[in-house]
Amino acid sequence: MRFLLIEDNPKLASAIVERLRLDGHAVDHADTLDAAHSCLAVARYDLMLLDIMLPDGDGRALLESQRQDTNRCPVIVITARSAVSDRVSLLDLGADDYITKPFDFSELEARCRAVLRRQGRATDNRISIAGTTLDSTAGELLFDGQVIALRNRELRLLEVFFKAPGQVFSKSHLIDRMFSLSDEASENAIEVYVARLRKRLDGSGTKIETVRGLGYRMVAV
Amino acid sequence: MTATKMHPTASIRQNLFYQLAGVAAILSFAFFLIVRGVAEQAAEMTQDGILSASATAIADALRSEGGAVVLDLPYSALSMLGTLNEDRVFYRIYTDQQTLTGYPDLPLPDERPRRGEPVFETHEFRGDEVRAVSVMRPVGASGAARNVIVTVAQTRLGLEATSRTITTTATGVAAGFFLAATGLSLWAASAALAPIERLTSAVARRGPYDLRPVTADTPTELVPLVDALNSFMTRLRASLSRTEDFIAEAAHRVRTPLATVRTQAEVTHRKLNKPEHRLAIREMIRAIDESSRSAGQMLDHAMVKFRTDTLASDQLDMRALIDEVCDRLGATADLKDIDIIRDLPDDPIPIHGDGILLQATLQNLLDNAIKYSPEDSRITVSVTPNDALWVSITDEGRGFGDADLTRLKTRYTRGANVGDIVGSGLGLTIADEVASAHGGRIDIKPNENGAGACVSLVLPRE
Repeated sequence: MRFLLIEDNPKLASAIVERLRLDGHAVDHADTLDAAHSCLAVARYDLMLLDIMLPDGDGRALLESQRQDTNRCPVIVITARSAVSDRVSLLDLGADDYITKPFDFSELEARCRAVLRRQGRATDNRISIAGTTLDSTAGELLFDGQVIALRNRELRLLEVFFKAPGQVFSKSHLIDRMFSLSDEASENAIEVYVARLRKRLDGSGTKIETVRGLGYRMVAV
Repeated sequence: MTATKMHPTASIRQNLFYQLAGVAAILSFAFFLIVRGVAEQAAEMTQDGILSASATAIADALRSEGGAVVLDLPYSALSMLGTLNEDRVFYRIYTDQQTLTGYPDLPLPDERPRRGEPVFETHEFRGDEVRAVSVMRPVGASGAARNVIVTVAQTRLGLEATSRTITTTATGVAAGFFLAATGLSLWAASAALAPIERLTSAVARRGPYDLRPVTADTPTELVPLVDALNSFMTRLRASLSRTEDFIAEAAHRVRTPLATVRTQAEVTHRKLNKPEHRLAIREMIRAIDESSRSAGQMLDHAMVKFRTDTLASDQLDMRALIDEVCDRLGATADLKDIDIIRDLPDDPIPIHGDGILLQATLQNLLDNAIKYSPEDSRITVSVTPNDALWVSITDEGRGFGDADLTRLKTRYTRGANVGDIVGSGLGLTIADEVASAHGGRIDIKPNENGAGACVSLVLPRE
């Protein structure tokens, strides 16, 4: 996905950019409202991550100006505000969702996905391998004219494999991608999910293969 | 900001009314006295006029015949007196120590009347009060003239009757005047207080967060009061927004660095290979989550205290609030493959309250349920409208163990089996405070259908 991050704190911004890039996302960073407007003028983004408190004005002004735009970019507001102060007004102003600092990136990703799904936007979130298609926005697996709805964790795990077919992923890497870091997760959990995915992929042109001592990879049958 | 009890002194309307009615009573009494006085005086003057005309007519009929005084009593002189009621008439013509004609016992005036100046007297005669007039007339040729005194008297029964009529009428008119004036005072008191009432309702209609200056029409006398009220509201608004700004600023200052550290920790975690290093980073992230959650809930707690003091009473739809919270936390639940099942009625559920607080409470409860639920489980959000409105969140999690259920709502107390799950122990406290501010409570019990807990927000029905 392509993100526009609007955040004035340079350390936080660079950490977020690096973190999102680790998952293979493209991120542009704007540190002021002005810069954000310039970015929006020249590029199209799947999602905007907007900090409300900015040096050259309130992020709400940007929400307000974007609101009229028919082809506007969905916005997730990053806020430090208390749960009981002004969340409602953020959503009223046209934000699609918000996330409170500090946040877990798997949660951010889940929220992004939910926003994109609600918007029904056509993003290039379909990946096909050997006649099997993964639609990560809809959370569906398509092959042989069948549509299989995936649970959230199955989807996230499958996405890792679809994005790099043939590559071997260690169990610990897969745990990182599937569980938030504050969750307690064991390597056994990965085995459980891989077993489930194998069942889902049964009959398709792809399968998940165990690479002894190293982890798993996805290959065409 | 607890409401201090006012001690209302006597009502302005009552005072104004009593004062105006008192003035009306005094004026009515004075009116009565004046009308009666003037009317009686007029009646007396009429009698005096007729009496004196009668006496003068008799005196005019006196003549001298050969040194003797002769009188042809003109009956018209006496009959004109007959016009006044059933009163009896007496007369006496007196000269040179003797009574020429009439009633010899009718008293003579104490003071000799002089010519052209009749003397009026009121005295008792034959058992009745009489009004008497005496005139003096010299009869005979000048030089040998004799002074004759003509006295005519009449009882006062007619006058008394007239006086009674006048008194009755004057009393009636004065009473009518008093009643009319009292009615008008009532109206005047209300009319005079109408601007105060308009002002009062303009202020009373406002919600607790409406701190705009009062702009209702203000009578000149109340301008200083309204000015003082407006300046007070300006200061209050400034102070409230300072408090809110402070809480927001504090949250920002605490959470932005935490977000930076957490993100960097996640990045680092990805790059590390040694399990012990990875574990250390995970511990670090858990600590960050814990401190951010505590900070957040403490700030929330401050905000809740602040908002419950001036609780808004907006017309809300509980169903919409629940839907919004479920939508909002759907993504979080999804991360653990938890399904949120909504068991809600089709119709809106009207309630009154502070929407932000109620939503924050529901969010807190649902967030708790997600946190303590195992993956691949279900959370049911249901509404049971009994005598009270129950919004119940039932999970299949670990429940509260053996913890004392009543103590869970006190600050910083957590369940007996929270294990390693991040929490501050403030969530239920906040929820409980919001519930009691709305006249309700938080009910905690084990899930009836197996493992887990059922936490309900119980609100009184509309």
